[in-house]
Amino acid sequence: MAAVTAPAVAPLIERKSKLGYAVADALTIAWRNLKGMSRTPEIIMFSTIQPIIFVLTFRYVFGGSIDTGIPGLPYVDFLMPGVFLQTVAFGAMNTGIGLADDLHKGLIERFRSLPMSRSAVLAGRALSDLVRNSGVVVLMVAVGYLVGFRIHTNVGAFLAALLLLLAFSVAFSFIFAYIGMAAPSSEAAQAGSFPILALLVFASTAFAPAEGMPGWLQAYNDVQPVSVMAKALRALMIGGETAAPVLHAVLWIVGLAVVVMPITVNKYRRAA
Amino acid sequence: MEQPAILAEGLEKRFGDVAAVVGVDLAVPEGTVLGLLGPNGAGKTTIVRMLTTILKPSAGKGTILGFDVATQSDEVRERIGLAGQYAAVDDNLTGRENLIMVGRLTHQPRGGIVARAGELLERFGIADAGDRPAKTYSGGMRRRLDLAAALVHRPRVLFLDEPTTGLDPAGRLELWTVIEELVADGATLLLTTQYLEEADRLADRIVVIDHGGVIAQGTASELKRELGNTIVEVVLADPSDLDAAKSLLGEVGPTDLGDDRRSVQVKVLDSGPAVLDVVRRLDEAGLAPTSLKVREPSLDDVFLSLTGHSATDDEET
Ligand SMILES: Nc1ncnc2c1ncn2[C@@H]1O[C@H](COP(=O)(O)OP(=O)(O)OP(=O)(O)O)[C@@H](O)[C@H]1O
Ligand SMILES: [Mg+2]
Repeated sequence: MAAVTAPAVAPLIERKSKLGYAVADALTIAWRNLKGMSRTPEIIMFSTIQPIIFVLTFRYVFGGSIDTGIPGLPYVDFLMPGVFLQTVAFGAMNTGIGLADDLHKGLIERFRSLPMSRSAVLAGRALSDLVRNSGVVVLMVAVGYLVGFRIHTNVGAFLAALLLLLAFSVAFSFIFAYIGMAAPSSEAAQAGSFPILALLVFASTAFAPAEGMPGWLQAYNDVQPVSVMAKALRALMIGGETAAPVLHAVLWIVGLAVVVMPITVNKYRRAA
Repeated sequence: MEQPAILAEGLEKRFGDVAAVVGVDLAVPEGTVLGLLGPNGAGKTTIVRMLTTILKPSAGKGTILGFDVATQSDEVRERIGLAGQYAAVDDNLTGRENLIMVGRLTHQPRGGIVARAGELLERFGIADAGDRPAKTYSGGMRRRLDLAAALVHRPRVLFLDEPTTGLDPAGRLELWTVIEELVADGATLLLTTQYLEEADRLADRIVVIDHGGVIAQGTASELKRELGNTIVEVVLADPSDLDAAKSLLGEVGPTDLGDDRRSVQVKVLDSGPAVLDVVRRLDEAGLAPTSLKVREPSLDDVFLSLTGHSATDDEET
C-alpha cells in the first residue's frame, strides 16, 4: 500500500511563480464553485426563471401600457437591455451569498491551512460568477429574441454592449461581495443585499423610461449606476446618441473598480 | 537535526478578555504521537489553529519542522495536514472531487492528483461513494473524507482535532486503526481528544490541558503512576464486618467504603505487595471476602485528581 506521508525533506510540489499560483488557485476555486452551482438547481432556477418571468410579465402584461418615449420603438426592444441589467444585478447578490458561505462554512478552515494563494477564494468567486452571468445573459438574449426583441444597430455594437454589461457585473458584484463578507451568514447577506438592489434596480429606468417619473426620481436616475448602464446599453442596441452614455457607464464601472474593489479586497484580506 | 517536528514555546492566545491559551510549551519529536487531552473549552482547538497557521498567536512562538508558524506560513502549510474539529468538506463536490480540489490547491504535480484521490478513497473505505456528492455521506464517511483530504499532499506533520467525536463505537475503532496505520508510516501526529481512552491508545505522550494551560504531561503510564492510585477493592460476605475491615485495612493505605455498602476500597501504590498484605490481614482477622479486585487508575481518575473535575463534567449535548 502506498505510503500516506512523505519521508522526503522537501514537499512534492509543482513550482510556479506567485502569479502562476494565484491564477491556478483561482481557477480551481472557480471550478469548484461551478460544480457546486451545477448541483444546486435552486440557484440555477433563481438566476434563470426569475428574469424569464420578468420578460414575460413586462412584455405581455405591462408592455402595452408603457410608452417607450421613442416613437415607433416596440416596448420589448426597450425592455430587454433593462432585463439584462436586472439579471446581472441580482446575480451580484449571489456573489455575496456565495462568499458568505465560503467564509462561514467549515471549508474555509481547510483553505486557511493549505499553501494556496490567499486571493483565490475571492478571485475564484468573481470568476465563476462571471461565467454564470455570461451564461444567463446568453440565455436571456435567446429568450428576448423569441419574444420579438431585435437590435436596431449592428452586431458590433451589440457585442460591445454585452461586454460593457459583463464588466459592470464584475465591478458591481464587489459591492455585494463586501456585504457578503460583513454578514454573519449567507441568509444575512441576502437580507442585507436585497434593499440595495431594490433601490437600484426597481427604482431605475430598467423597465420604464424616466419621462413618466416625478422630477426627484428623474434626477436620481440621471446618476444612479443601473439607469446609467441602461442608457448606455440602449444606445448601443437601439441607437441614437452613443458616446456620452457609454462614457458615463464606463466611468461608473471604473469608479466601482477603483473605489469598491480595493475596499472589498482589503476586507477579504482581514476576513480570510 | 534533532529538532522536534512540532514545537511550541510560551504559546498564548487571547480573544479580548478571554485567555484561551496561556503559555503552552510542547515538543513533539518526529515520528511520534502527542495526545492533547482536555475538556470542552480547554483550548485544544485554539492551540491547533495556531500551530496550523490559521490563527496568529498573541504571544510565544510555534514552529513546524523548524518553520515559524507566524512568519513562514507558506512553508508550514506545505508540510502539514489538518483535519479540524468539524469536517471541512465541500458538500456539493463528490468525495473524489474534494480530494482533487485539495490536490490542486496544494500544488501537487498535475498528473498524479487523480490517482492520488483514487488511492485515498480506497484506503479510507469510501471508494464506493467516491462519485457521490459529500452531502449524501454519513457522519463517519465525512470524517474519513476529511482525514483523506488532510493527507492528499503527503504531509509530514498531521493535526487531528477530535477525530472521533461524534462517531459510534465501531466508527471510532475503525478510525483508530486508520490513524495507527498513518503513524506506522512515520507521520508525526498531534491529536486532540476528550477521550482518555483514545489518548491512551494512540499517543506516545500525553499533555493534559485545562483552562488554556498545561497541567500535566508524560506517557500514559507515567501519568497513571504519578497521579492515580491503584485501588484494591474487597467485597465482604457479611456487611456487618465492614467497619472492622475498614479499620484493619487502614494500615495498608487510605480506605473508603464502597457505594454498595458491602466493600472496602484501599488506595495503594504497588498493587502486588499490597494485595498480599490485604489478604494476609483479612485471613488473620478471620474476615472472608467474596471477591477481591484490583483496579488500575483510568486516565479519567488521573484527570479528576489533576483538575478536581471529571474530563466529561461540562460536556455539552
Ligand atoms: N474566536 C473566538 N473568540 C472568542 N473566544 C474564543 C474563540 N475561539 C475560542 N474561544 C474561547 O477560547 C476557549 C478555548 O476554546 P477552544 O475551542 O480552543 O477549546 P477546545 O479545547 O477546543 O474545546 P472543545 O473540546 O469544546 O472543542 C473557550 O473559552 C472559547 O470560548
Ligand atoms: Mg475544540
